Amino acid sequence: MNSTLVFAQLLNGLQYGVLLFLLAAGLTLVFGIMSFVNLAHGSLYMMGAYFAATAFQYTGSFGLAVLAAMLGSLLLGLALEFVAVARLYRRDHLDHVLATFGLVLFFNELVRIIWGAQPVFLQVPEFLGGAIDIGGFSYPAYRFAIIVVGLVVAIGSWLLINKTRVGMLIRAGAVNPAMVAALGVNIRLLNAMLFAVGAMLAGLAGAMAGPILSVQSGMGESVLITTLVVIVIGGIGSVTGAFYAALIVGIVDTMGRVFLPFLLRQVTERSFADAAGPALASMLVYLLMAVVLAWRPQGLFPANR
Amino acid sequence: MTPLISRPSAWVPLLALLLLATVPFVAQATDQQFYVAFFARIIIYAIAACALNIALGYGGLVSFGHSLFLGLGGYAVGLASFYGVGNGWVHLALTLGVCGLVALVTGAISLRTTGIAFIMITLAFAQMGYFLFVSLKHYGGDDGMPIAQTSRFGPLDLSSATNVYVVAFVVLVLSIWWLARLRVAPFGMVIRGAKQNARRVNAAGIPVLRYQLLAYVMSGMLCGVAGLLLANLNAFASPSTLAWAVSGELIVIVVIGGLGTVFGPLMGALVFLGLEEILKGFTDHWMVIFGPLIVIVALLGKRGIIGLLQRFDSRGKLPAKITTTTTTTAAAVAATGVATGVAKGAL
Repeated sequence: MNSTLVFAQLLNGLQYGVLLFLLAAGLTLVFGIMSFVNLAHGSLYMMGAYFAATAFQYTGSFGLAVLAAMLGSLLLGLALEFVAVARLYRRDHLDHVLATFGLVLFFNELVRIIWGAQPVFLQVPEFLGGAIDIGGFSYPAYRFAIIVVGLVVAIGSWLLINKTRVGMLIRAGAVNPAMVAALGVNIRLLNAMLFAVGAMLAGLAGAMAGPILSVQSGMGESVLITTLVVIVIGGIGSVTGAFYAALIVGIVDTMGRVFLPFLLRQVTERSFADAAGPALASMLVYLLMAVVLAWRPQGLFPANR
Repeated sequence: MTPLISRPSAWVPLLALLLLATVPFVAQATDQQFYVAFFARIIIYAIAACALNIALGYGGLVSFGHSLFLGLGGYAVGLASFYGVGNGWVHLALTLGVCGLVALVTGAISLRTTGIAFIMITLAFAQMGYFLFVSLKHYGGDDGMPIAQTSRFGPLDLSSATNVYVVAFVVLVLSIWWLARLRVAPFGMVIRGAKQNARRVNAAGIPVLRYQLLAYVMSGMLCGVAGLLLANLNAFASPSTLAWAVSGELIVIVVIGGLGTVFGPLMGALVFLGLEEILKGFTDHWMVIFGPLIVIVALLGKRGIIGLLQRFDSRGKLPAKITTTTTTTAAAVAATGVATGVAKGAL
């Protein structure tokens, strides 16, 4: 174990965390502001990845692929909001879980019909194919690009929510939608836009993740559940919380998987460590969440209300 | 009390139970053993849904992690059998003990939260279980583990589908009977009251949290029994039983059947698994049809099949009206009537 390895894994964790943030930002707003449990968010991520893969296949341009993913999932989000989600805002969480669970089943199968059961491949674009040198240490440029994109989105969404009029309305709508509506704001439209923007970010995450993961049916589910963990740890409805929690979860998960079996081997018998290490590593973020919730049920950085 | 014949919401499920009782005989006569295993699966899912109904339907605790208990029940058999223990009573004791303990610990943590956070944290615990068994390569990992020694209860060995069927059927009937009693018992009144208005029940001096935790534990233990039966039916314990989709399916079954009703879980399991089988006959991509159907059920509201049947119950009385009044007063009844029961040491 040397410092280069630690540093590389730290960056990997950061990259994973940033990817989680792209998903968590949209989900936490829908969660926190409309109080809507959207299990289909992972499906939007998956659809984004497929849109990107298809666009890349036809155009050969990664930029267009990302654009297609964002636009496609934005429109899909709008359609979903219009057909099903908007009717469910006022209902209780059980109905949300039920409806979006149905949507997950639907999209997983739809993808299998359209693109087949085999994974689809999305290549790393040529101009990001190399490695970047950071003080004598090289790191894949594409993963670095993911980190940059995630940070740009983080800053952008912070500015949008805290510094713009729309952001003010979003925050106000979270506290008292009836009052905001009474002031002449189309809260219905605002909600739809918010949902669609969340969907767009999920699509972006899917497109960015496409080249480093395999694009296949069901790819959204594991990442969705990790995203839910991020949101609960960060505090529901808090974008800032989602950002910090995403980084924490990303780094804890990545470092845990690499170093936990190794550390266990130092303190326990090898056979036990080899069995328990990976098990403990894959449970680590869920353990983290349970501990955080037991300690602070509101999450680490609850939204200011 | 209206006569049974004028209450389809009661006699339809009873008829379904009666028909289920004849399945092994019919299958034997027509030599279609496949159906025994198929209906055994339905019955086992109905038991699991009954279990979930205690927490979800009665208590309003939206647990998205009941696959955890289903899986634990399965692995109680799988792991015991791995070490050469085939005694069914040991399997059962292990299932009840482990599920009870896990439900107690996870429930105590989960119940610190409400709403979305409760849904999420129960989901997280189930995921922990899922990843635990996936990474235990020694016990099959994500391939699961075959069960060499199915549960033997004295002379009764759960090695054949028919034997599992009979036992599962008896467990189901007992569960339904128990749930019917529990629903109107002081305990049921308290958790149903807490679903309506926990603060009010609390104000009456009833420690709501303790009741909810107990409901969660009972729910988990019964679900574990369903897992034990499922593992015996398949002679296989698999981490896929713990997958989050299974928790989702159980919720769908309860809601389709009729949330908080006595016969809802049975009707839900029949319709859910039956529909699944029928759609599979038409197309491999049956989920494309099934998914939107679930969305429609959610959009339509959640009276479920039992709610639908209640509409046909004898006219004269207004069944819908009556059910709403009984439920809205549940909090009040719990607050007043049960307080005395608690004082006498019901819990």
